[in-house]
Amino acid sequence: MSDRIFGGFGLALAIFYIWAASTIKDSFMVDVVGPRAFPYIVGSIVGLCSIYFIVRPDDEPDWPHMRAFAEIFFAAAVMFAYCVALPEFGFVISTVFATAYLTWRLGTEPLWSLVSGVGTSVGIYVVFHLILGLALAEGPLGF
Amino acid sequence: MEILSLLADGFGVALTPTNLFLAVVGCFLGTLMGALPGLGPANGVAILIPIAFSLGLDPTGSLILLVSVYYGAMYGGRISSILLNIPGDEPAMMTCLDGFPMAQQGKAGEALSLSGVASFVGAFVATCGLVLLAPQLVKIALLFGPAEYFVLFTVAFATLGGISSTNQAKSAFAAALGLGIAMIGSDSQTGSQRFTFDHVHLYDGIDFLIAIVGLFALSEVFIFLEHHRSNQGVAPKAATVGRIMPDFGMIKRCIPSMARGTGLGFFSGVLPGAGASLGSFLAYSLEKQAVDRDGKTFGKGDPRGVAAPEAGNNAASGGALVPMLALGVPGSGTTAVLLAVLLQLNITPGPLLFTKNPDIVWGLIAALFLANFILLAMNIPLVGIFTRVLMVPTRILMPIVAMISFVGIYSITGSSFDVMLMVGFGIAGWVLRKLDVSLVPVILGILLGNQMEVNLRRAMTISDGDWFILVGSPLAIILWMIAIAGFVLPMMMGRRMKKRMESMRDTEEFVGD
Repeated sequence: MSDRIFGGFGLALAIFYIWAASTIKDSFMVDVVGPRAFPYIVGSIVGLCSIYFIVRPDDEPDWPHMRAFAEIFFAAAVMFAYCVALPEFGFVISTVFATAYLTWRLGTEPLWSLVSGVGTSVGIYVVFHLILGLALAEGPLGF
Repeated sequence: MEILSLLADGFGVALTPTNLFLAVVGCFLGTLMGALPGLGPANGVAILIPIAFSLGLDPTGSLILLVSVYYGAMYGGRISSILLNIPGDEPAMMTCLDGFPMAQQGKAGEALSLSGVASFVGAFVATCGLVLLAPQLVKIALLFGPAEYFVLFTVAFATLGGISSTNQAKSAFAAALGLGIAMIGSDSQTGSQRFTFDHVHLYDGIDFLIAIVGLFALSEVFIFLEHHRSNQGVAPKAATVGRIMPDFGMIKRCIPSMARGTGLGFFSGVLPGAGASLGSFLAYSLEKQAVDRDGKTFGKGDPRGVAAPEAGNNAASGGALVPMLALGVPGSGTTAVLLAVLLQLNITPGPLLFTKNPDIVWGLIAALFLANFILLAMNIPLVGIFTRVLMVPTRILMPIVAMISFVGIYSITGSSFDVMLMVGFGIAGWVLRKLDVSLVPVILGILLGNQMEVNLRRAMTISDGDWFILVGSPLAIILWMIAIAGFVLPMMMGRRMKKRMESMRDTEEFVGD
């Protein structure tokens, strides 16, 4: 069933892709094939494979239980929130909380997770920013 | 002789203090990443590309750093195989079979030093093979026109699923998905905006590094989040290492095994769609056929069962560099990531690289030789350092890996939109892996998409719109036959091969090799 849903999704993607390819405007420069031909080919392959998934699905994959799903959903949400927080609060503060969350969800005591979060964040800041000179997100406090 | 003088120039490049330092750092980091379960060569190199790039290293320096990581990871994979019975990366799977029983018998130190020597032999011979074979392949590649190149890219995609692929439609889907993503942005030939939907962030296309780090490194974090509950019980408990210095008698007895493993590994590395995992698998199973037909000692801690797959795995990783450097077409996940390194540095691999930038090619090859010696030193007397790192629990390590991925991408793009895109790729990667869709073709599609299209369009311009130019030369027809054979054969043999590999050992989910 998963493969059929996947195939349906892939087919929708292929149709959308081919439609989007058909709207590509020509520019003043032209060549024999034009900018649309290759996307048409690629979209058709996606479509054909998707139809195959619908007709001949593989065995059901080993989906995780609801709990693990929720786990992944929240981890992804935290990562997105982290991206939003980076320019707002700066690298060090955002990273403390993001790391602490992940470490906690992977089975560390909450307090130790916070310690590990602080350690990771400061460690990365020192190594990558202070020593190696990489540009990290700067918050209102400058770090 | 010309090769030797070129190689000498290469050593001149690689032996500068900075580059030597980078090689040592790369070897150390690589071994570490290889040894840690869940961080293979592909993820390891992927995470480090943006960092090496934003450090502003020169092309040769970054390449030396990253290929040292690549070789180092191939060495390091065996450490956790032997000590914990958990392969550090996919090609090290076969080393578990005899390495862990040896460790249980208190011979972990011998197993580690023997496999270190075997890795050295495999990688060293393969690097020599690279020196001899790549220039020959370049001579053939110089005959390629745009049409042949287009077919060559097709060969790469058709064979990438590999001989153990069970569903070729999924490999094809993955490749097309990658190619489709590569089309986003302004068209290189005419400048038309494609699939950008007037969104400013998409005008330059999607940076392949974002896709690679998301698909490889972040999806690994998600997989780990999903599984950590089920394997909480098995806290890593490493066997004691025991004596570290190699037992020369044992090494001597294993020389024929190493030689066979190296040969097989190198060839499966050079062939498209095989790679290091198949190299070590073939080396192990043929070694078993050759010296232990009745299955008396193999699987119970036979040193030859450690030497053969380790030599095979490292020889294959050297062999895999041949098509990547000479043709610009990688045959495995890790070499695809190395291709990303070259593209990021604005270096197009392929025959022209050998004529235009011999200093880069030969400096790189010299660096491989150097890395080998550094790794031999690191992996035999200093192996104890790495075994200690294995004691750091993954629940602390995984978040660090995730954060370093964020740091890398943020430091080259400086935009939180791109970092979000990376998280998106991470989730997509997790779903695709659950559905058994390989991620390597996706990456390769993103990397090669534009070149593939450009070659198609050049060929069509030459032929004035006649599609038959794609089968217009004997070379092109031969390449088509390879592509078709590579795509169709796994449909007949894939299930059988996969079953055999799985019956040897329960495979876990890995990203390419």
